[in-house]
Amino acid sequence: MLLIHCPYCEEDRSELEFRWAGEAHIARPDNIAAISDEEFAEYFFLRNNEKGLTYERWRHIHGCGRFFNAARDTVSDKFLMTYKAGLPKQPIPAETKAEAIAEEKTVETWEQMEGDAR
Amino acid sequence: MSSSSNSGAFRIKGTGRHTPARTARFTFDGKSYTALEGDTVASALLAHGVHLLGRSFKYHRPRGILSAGPEEPNALLDVSRDASRRQPNVRATVQEVFDGAKIASQNRWPSLKHDIGAFNDLLSPFFAAGFYYKTFMWPKEAWHKLYEPIIRRAAGLGEAPKEGDTDHYASRYEHCDVLIAGAGVAGLTAALSAASTGAKVILVDEQPEVGGALHFDSSTEIDGKNGYDWAQGVAAKLKAMPNVTVLNRTTVFGYYNHGFLGLVERVTDHLPLPSRDLPRERLWQVRAKKVVLATGSIERHMVFANNDRPGIMLASAARTFLNHHGVAVGRAVAVYTAHDSAYEAAFDLKRAGIDVVAIIDNRKLPGEAVLAEARSLGLEVLVGHSVVDTAGRHRVSSITVARNGEKNSRKLKVDALLVSAGWTPSVHLFSQSRGKLRFEAENDRFLPDIYAQDCISIGACNGTDDLSTLIGEALSAGAEMAGHKGADSIDAIAFAGSNLYEWTGGMIGAAEGAGPDTAVKAFVDFQHDVTAKDIRLAVREGMHSIEHIKRFTTNGMASDQGKLSNMHGLAIASEMLGRPIPQVGLTTFRAPYTPVTYGTLVAHSRGDLFDPARKTPMHHLEAAEGAEFEDVGNWKRAWYFPKRGEDMHAAVNRECKTVREVGGVFDASTLGKIEVVGPDAAQFLNLLYTNAWDTLKPGKSRYGIMTREDGFIYDDGVVGRLAEDRFHVTTTTGGAPRVLQHMEDYLQTEFPHLKVWLTSTTEQWAVIAVQGPQAREIIRPFVEGLDISAEAFTHMSVAECTVMGVPARLFRVSFTGEIGFEINVPADFGPAVWKAIWERAQSLGACLYGTETMHVLRAEKGYLIVGQDTDGTVTPDDAGYGWAVSKKKTDFVGIRGLKRPDLVREGRKQLVGLLTKDPNEVLEEGGQIVADPNQPKPMTMLGHVTSSYWSENLGRSIAMALVAGGRAKMGETLYVPMKDKTIAVEVTDVVFVDKEGGRING
Repeated sequence: MLLIHCPYCEEDRSELEFRWAGEAHIARPDNIAAISDEEFAEYFFLRNNEKGLTYERWRHIHGCGRFFNAARDTVSDKFLMTYKAGLPKQPIPAETKAEAIAEEKTVETWEQMEGDAR
Repeated sequence: MSSSSNSGAFRIKGTGRHTPARTARFTFDGKSYTALEGDTVASALLAHGVHLLGRSFKYHRPRGILSAGPEEPNALLDVSRDASRRQPNVRATVQEVFDGAKIASQNRWPSLKHDIGAFNDLLSPFFAAGFYYKTFMWPKEAWHKLYEPIIRRAAGLGEAPKEGDTDHYASRYEHCDVLIAGAGVAGLTAALSAASTGAKVILVDEQPEVGGALHFDSSTEIDGKNGYDWAQGVAAKLKAMPNVTVLNRTTVFGYYNHGFLGLVERVTDHLPLPSRDLPRERLWQVRAKKVVLATGSIERHMVFANNDRPGIMLASAARTFLNHHGVAVGRAVAVYTAHDSAYEAAFDLKRAGIDVVAIIDNRKLPGEAVLAEARSLGLEVLVGHSVVDTAGRHRVSSITVARNGEKNSRKLKVDALLVSAGWTPSVHLFSQSRGKLRFEAENDRFLPDIYAQDCISIGACNGTDDLSTLIGEALSAGAEMAGHKGADSIDAIAFAGSNLYEWTGGMIGAAEGAGPDTAVKAFVDFQHDVTAKDIRLAVREGMHSIEHIKRFTTNGMASDQGKLSNMHGLAIASEMLGRPIPQVGLTTFRAPYTPVTYGTLVAHSRGDLFDPARKTPMHHLEAAEGAEFEDVGNWKRAWYFPKRGEDMHAAVNRECKTVREVGGVFDASTLGKIEVVGPDAAQFLNLLYTNAWDTLKPGKSRYGIMTREDGFIYDDGVVGRLAEDRFHVTTTTGGAPRVLQHMEDYLQTEFPHLKVWLTSTTEQWAVIAVQGPQAREIIRPFVEGLDISAEAFTHMSVAECTVMGVPARLFRVSFTGEIGFEINVPADFGPAVWKAIWERAQSLGACLYGTETMHVLRAEKGYLIVGQDTDGTVTPDDAGYGWAVSKKKTDFVGIRGLKRPDLVREGRKQLVGLLTKDPNEVLEEGGQIVADPNQPKPMTMLGHVTSSYWSENLGRSIAMALVAGGRAKMGETLYVPMKDKTIAVEVTDVVFVDKEGGRING
């Protein structure tokens, strides 16, 4: 079970206290009533669902209740950083990024397990 | 056979650590035996010369005891105290005997000695690897009728208990600085070192006593003492330290992310009469800052023809039975080995007076020290020889020995054969922690390489063989993990240890006589009956990845997870593929390390605690009135209140009529309630609901619809404005948590500039709904400080007042179309107010009613239930609530989604009423609707029935439905085709009762 750092409580707490809340840094357009169908689709429906480093929203639902942002590696589940909602997308330090990518290799993935047999 | 009045004819005086006077009686397959306290089921049975313990999984071959530990693949037994406390597939080598234990063999019929399933052994050419996949391909129908039942009956080991488990289980959390898995030499030493720094240490070991390999390894001396005695002394010392927890009979079964470990503590399985206060097992969920893995190693068997007969066992197991339990595993014992360690089994047995027939060593060069000792003891050592076959029906009776590479062989009479192919480091937990292994070719073993977590491997699981090195490694690991680097802290507690012999050797893969050109049954995986030949077949059939070979043969997939078989299987595959082992790969070890009972994992979460029920404050009063309850989410809601002799139908009909004619009292406490407070509260609600809220005056309430950004209905409910800055929002019963989450999300992340506070008040208010023509008369005497006359307190009014002296929020609101009130009082006062109101209501001829009547009455008025009449693709306009969407607002959640082309097109499904042509016909909810019932299939579906009831008030059935272009089809006849008939319906307005709506304002 993961430990997740809540940027509001400033504590590492068990994964059980948190809930995932989708991709981060998708701002609701101020002029939402006026945007085109394509812009609305982009805002509301389309998600990248990237493998690897992603920015997500989490909520400390069984704690302080606050939504916050997190950078997470979806291959290893490693949280690289968390920061408060409303802050702009925080860059991941190069060293942290390199470590995360290295850690991806410790994860048993389909490619690793079955790649040979393909 | 020995008599059962003593602890067994194979007990050897002067050996073992049990007290002869302390006995325990148990039965095996109905026959009574005496054991000594401290015996495992395995040692107790071996003491009586019982070797045949079960039948194998696939071929039903006779099987005995292979090991003396948790790796046991063969000796799986059924252990019970009584009918409800019975567990199948218990390893005889782990289960301690307790007085009164009832133990039975498995997978045999009619008896262990005469097992009809053994016929499978003769058919074994047909049961090769992948047999299921290839044989039972077709016809498809035959699967569930023929193949599956037969396979299920023939396969499998134990039988699951049929009665509910009467034991109870516990669960707890713990935190520590250092968790140490394994209390052998390495683990104990590391614990001493870590504990001496003051760190909080948890030492975990799966056996009843600490010591690990010291249980059998009699020639080890540590700190000037016999190894086993030293271990017990260390354990006593550790247990006395306040910062140390020593958990015996506890297995670390899982190593998860961020130092999170799962432990199972077996609390009472060894006790004859466990107190009912004690849990049977306890699940520990430990978050450790650092972890020391001292999990040791497991001896491998030799892979040769017919290597599975009872009486053939691991050399170290025989030493455990002799040195710890005082039991000889035979009278004429041979040893077949590729590793020096097995020699010591021969030495121990010889010294205990057992005839050691021969040591057969398949190596050319055994270790010099053990060879010399064997010779000095007068033992026959056949170097460069192998055991190429064995005989004996229910127990090994002879072995066939040949010089390697030669045909000539000779038979030796034995009643036990001890085998060893060397030692496999137990890297299971390391691997579970995502650590990466490296292959050490010179010793044919995988060892920890790259660590993924804050842990360290020490001792045998780290490939550290030499005792002095191991002690040094453990001392520094303990201190380092506790945060004290450097030698200072460990010098004070350092000590020395020594073994008599250095061990060398080991092999993996098939031994002599079981090579690629042979067809013998040389078992690799005993529990799943996988032979060397099966693995070769898998490779020939195209499986090149070890993951595929594993699944095709099921090697290592039994509950022992291949603790003995993995390395052998890998070596055979590697040889067949012509690729070195690291390139073939190792399958990943997964939790649990050893099987964990469901009881432990479930712990308290069963029965009433499985999914806790939410009950309203008035629940007990409703139950006393005879209410039947229904589940709505976790809530228990009063469904209907049958009087004597009434079925549900009769009760609901009576309730429906009574509410419209007189009145009814209903528990609406489960309604979701959110207090929205702050200077920007109205503005916030404007953004979250489609309606306009700034125009709502304090003292008034309004029905609101909430959409998501996509424009579809998400929730609905009445919102009352109590003050400029305070709203009492109600949500659907099931929707409360997600509505609050939805509101919090927008408030925190999209509209953080708004000064608004949201508080869930669902459980703070008890809500008593009083509905019907007499509703006002019913509540009138109880309401204080408020004029509730029709003129002063009109429909959709809200006010704070007192009811029976209790602070209350009173809503004039109706979900029945009648005059209605909802009295909100603090939850604790709910029962008292309910009692008084119900007493008066009763005297006026009103009734209690439940959710079923509530549903019928609201359908008679065409009121929507979100989630029943909507399904996540319904807009407010589709539902006929277009009026609830403000045209003036420039923004609200859903404003853009509602304008999407598909949401504004003609012909969308719309909520309408349906009246069956036959008034007595009640439609089925979910029934599909078509225009022409005679059209070819597949028919064009126009929509479906969402709500359907018998309306006693109308004397006919009514229904609501979503129908494409429904509002333009008023008066048209449509059809609902059912399995046995087609029902004609007329499309109508959704309001069936009081279309003018006058009653609500009375």
